[in-house]
Amino acid sequence: MVEKRAFISGNEAVAAGVCLARPHVIAAYPITPQTTVIERLAEMVEDESLRAEYLHVESEHSALSACIGASAVGARTFTATSSQGLLYMAECLHYASGGRFPVVMMNANRSVALPWNIYGDQRDSLSLLDCGWIQAYAEDAQESLDMILHAYAIAEHPDVLTPMMINLDGFVITHTYELVTIPAQSDADLFLAPFQTSNKMDFDSPMSLGFTAGPAYNQAFKQLQHLAMLSASRVIREVEEKFGQLFKRNYSGLLETLYCDDAEYIIVTLGSVAGTLRPVIERLRALGERVGLVRIRYMRPFPLEEIRKALAGAKAVGVLEKDISFGFEGTVYTNVNSALMSANLMRPRLRNFIGGLGGKNISAQDVEMMFSRLKSSDEGERVEFI
Amino acid sequence: MRNQAEKKTSIRDLSDRELFYGHKACPGCGGSLALRLALKVLGERSYAVVPAGCMSAVGFIFPQMAFGCNAIISTFAGTASMLSGVAAGARALGIKDFHAVGFAGDGGTADIGIQALSGAIDRHDKIIYICYDNEAYMNTGVQKSGLTPIGARTTTSPVGQRLRGSVNRKKPMFEIVAAHGIDYAATASVGYPLDYLRKLEHARHVEGTSYIHVFSPCPVGWGYETADTIAVAKNAVDCGLWYLAEFSEGRFALNHNPAELTSVRDYLMGQSRFRHLQEEDINAILAQREAFWTRIHREWRV
Amino acid sequence: MNFPERNRSFKPPKELKDYPVGTAFPAGHLVDTNAAWRSLRPVIDAIKCSNCLICWLLCPDGVIHRNSEGGLEIDYDFCKGCGICSKECRQKAIRMESEGE
Repeated sequence: MVEKRAFISGNEAVAAGVCLARPHVIAAYPITPQTTVIERLAEMVEDESLRAEYLHVESEHSALSACIGASAVGARTFTATSSQGLLYMAECLHYASGGRFPVVMMNANRSVALPWNIYGDQRDSLSLLDCGWIQAYAEDAQESLDMILHAYAIAEHPDVLTPMMINLDGFVITHTYELVTIPAQSDADLFLAPFQTSNKMDFDSPMSLGFTAGPAYNQAFKQLQHLAMLSASRVIREVEEKFGQLFKRNYSGLLETLYCDDAEYIIVTLGSVAGTLRPVIERLRALGERVGLVRIRYMRPFPLEEIRKALAGAKAVGVLEKDISFGFEGTVYTNVNSALMSANLMRPRLRNFIGGLGGKNISAQDVEMMFSRLKSSDEGERVEFI
Repeated sequence: MRNQAEKKTSIRDLSDRELFYGHKACPGCGGSLALRLALKVLGERSYAVVPAGCMSAVGFIFPQMAFGCNAIISTFAGTASMLSGVAAGARALGIKDFHAVGFAGDGGTADIGIQALSGAIDRHDKIIYICYDNEAYMNTGVQKSGLTPIGARTTTSPVGQRLRGSVNRKKPMFEIVAAHGIDYAATASVGYPLDYLRKLEHARHVEGTSYIHVFSPCPVGWGYETADTIAVAKNAVDCGLWYLAEFSEGRFALNHNPAELTSVRDYLMGQSRFRHLQEEDINAILAQREAFWTRIHREWRV
Repeated sequence: MNFPERNRSFKPPKELKDYPVGTAFPAGHLVDTNAAWRSLRPVIDAIKCSNCLICWLLCPDGVIHRNSEGGLEIDYDFCKGCGICSKECRQKAIRMESEGE
C-alpha cells in the first residue's frame, strides 16, 4: 500500500481519514452539509474497506449517546454532524467530555436557525466552546484529513482523554474538491496505535461509569478535566511532530502565523476564510505593507501563549469571525482580547469584524477594507459587521 | 411461538450473587427489586445502562457503587442509543457472551427516551430494555409521566376544583413496541415474580431487541405501606388494571387471563394517590378496564 | 462472595491525583451502610421457616442470604426494614421488631 493522490471534497477527505483510523463504531444522523461524510463511510463499511459497526441512529442525540456507549467499552468511535444537529446533541457533548470518552467528531460549521440557512458560519460550534471538547478548525481538505488522524492520537492520549471536534466550514470546505494526499494504511497504522484505556466497562474488573459526584467531589473531577484539556496543548505538538516525520506534512500547533514577526497589522481568524486572506496579504506585503495573519487552529485548548507571542509587536489587530455573541461581541474576539489583557504586554488596538454569517461572502475587498480600518487611528465601531 | 418445553424458572435455580447491593433506593422500592432480579437472571456478564432516574440516582454515588456488574449512567433520552453503542462496541471488539441491558423508568421510556427506543427496536439491536414502571417521575418528586394512570394524583397532576389527578391514560408502551415488530416484548409485574423471571430468561436468548415492561410500585409516590409493594403489584394484575402478556414472532399471548377480576375500587382506595376519586371516576376507570380487556381478547385472539 | 463487603479502609480522595480518571470506579464498592434507615427489624424464626426463599426472592435490597447450612441470614448493615419479607412470608416466620429509640 502506498499513499495516493485524489481529487476529493473536504467531507470525502474526512471519510478517508476516518477509514485510516479504523474506528470500531460509527453512529451518525444525516444533516446538510455533513451528509457526504457519512455516505462515504457507509459505502466503505458496505464494501468492507472499513470494518466497523455502522449504526443508523434516529437523532444526533442518539448518535453521540451511542458513541459514548461504545467508547465506554473501549471502542474507537466516530460521528459527524452540523448546526442544529450539534445543538441537539449538546447535552451529550458535556457527557462525553465529563466522562472522558475520546469520541472524535467532525462538525460541518453551519448557521443556526432562525432564520433557516444551510450555509457556513461558526456560531454552532463556537456557542458550544465551553462543553469540554477539544475544538479544531481546518482550513482545507488536506488539513481536514490529517486532523482526523491527529484527533484520535490527541483525544485518546492518556494525559488527555478528551473528545475532539474537527470543524470544517460548511460547503466552503465540506463540498469543495481539492487534490488531497491520502496516506497508506500501513503508515496510518504506524502513526496511530490502537485505542487502550482503563476508563471502560470491563468483565475482568467490572466498573461503574458515569457516576454521580456530590459537592465534596464534583469540582475535583471538573478540575481534572480542565488540566487534561491544558495537557492537550503539549500533546497536539507531539502528535503533529510525529505526523510530520512520517508524512512530511507539518502543522504548527494551536495556531498558524503568517508574517507576524514584523507585521504591524494582523488579522486573527479561523477556518477557510484564511484562504481568502492569504493572497491579499501577499499583495499588500508586495506593496510594502506590514500586514500579517494568525489562523487559529485550535479554539480549545486556547492558544494563550501563542496568541500573545504572535501579536506582541502589532499596532492593531482585527479578529475576523463568523460568529456573534448577541449583545456583546464575537466569541473569538473575547478569547483573543482576554489572552492579551491578562498578559503584561503593550496592548494593540483591537477590532472585531463579524462576517460570513449564514454564508455571506467575505471578499478580497472586504479583507483590504479590514486592514485599512486597522491602519486608521479612528477607533470606530468596536464590533463591525462586514 | 415460545418453546413450550422452556424450563420453568425455579427460585432455587437463581444465582445467589447479588449484583445490585447497598443502593439508596427508598425502603420497599419496586423498581430496585425489578432491577435486582433482572441482574440475577442476566448475570455478571452484563453491561447495565441506566439513565437519569431513581435507579441511577440511588446506585452510583461516588464512592458508593451499588452495581456489582459493569454499569453506566446514560443520558436521560439515551438509554436505548447508549445500549446500542455498548453492544456495537463490544461486538466490534470481539467481546462474546454478554448482555447489554437497560433499566429505564416510565418517564425515561415512554416520554424522553421513546425516540431512541424506537430506533433501537427498528435496528433489531441485540439489547434488553427493561422499563421499570412506577407510574410517575419519582426521582424528582412524583411528577406526572406518560405512564401515569388516569386519576392519579402527582405533584403536577394535582387534585383541586377542576382536576382530579391525571387526565391522561397510560401510553400503551407494550403495544407501541410490538407495533415495531420487535423481536420480543413482555409485560410483567413484581407481584408475579416467577412470570417476570421467566420472561427475563426468555429475553436472554433472543437474537434481537427485547423489551420488558415491569410494573414496579413505589410506596412513596403511591401512598401505601412499604411492606405492601408486592401485594399492590399483584393486585394491579388481579384487578385488571395491569396485565401479563408477551409478544413474540408477531403474535400476542396473555400469560394470565383471570376469569374474574378483583375489585378496582379496593386497588385504588389502597393508595393515597387515588383516594380523592369519586364514584364517576371509578366508573370511568372500570369502563376503560372493560374496553381494554374486550379489545385485547378480540385483537390478540387470546 | 455473593455480595460486596464494605470497604472499611477506603480513604476519600484528598489530592487530585487520588481521583479516578474519568467517571469510572470499581463496581460493587460500598463505603457506608443503610442500617440507620430502619425503624423496624425483620427477625427470622428458624423453626417456622420452611426455606421457601420467597423472602430472599422479594427483598428489594437483596439483604437476605442463604448461608452454608441452608438457613437464611439477614444483612442488617443494608436492610432498610421495609417489611416486604415479613408480609410475604407464608409461614409467618419473620416478625418485625422495633429498633427502639
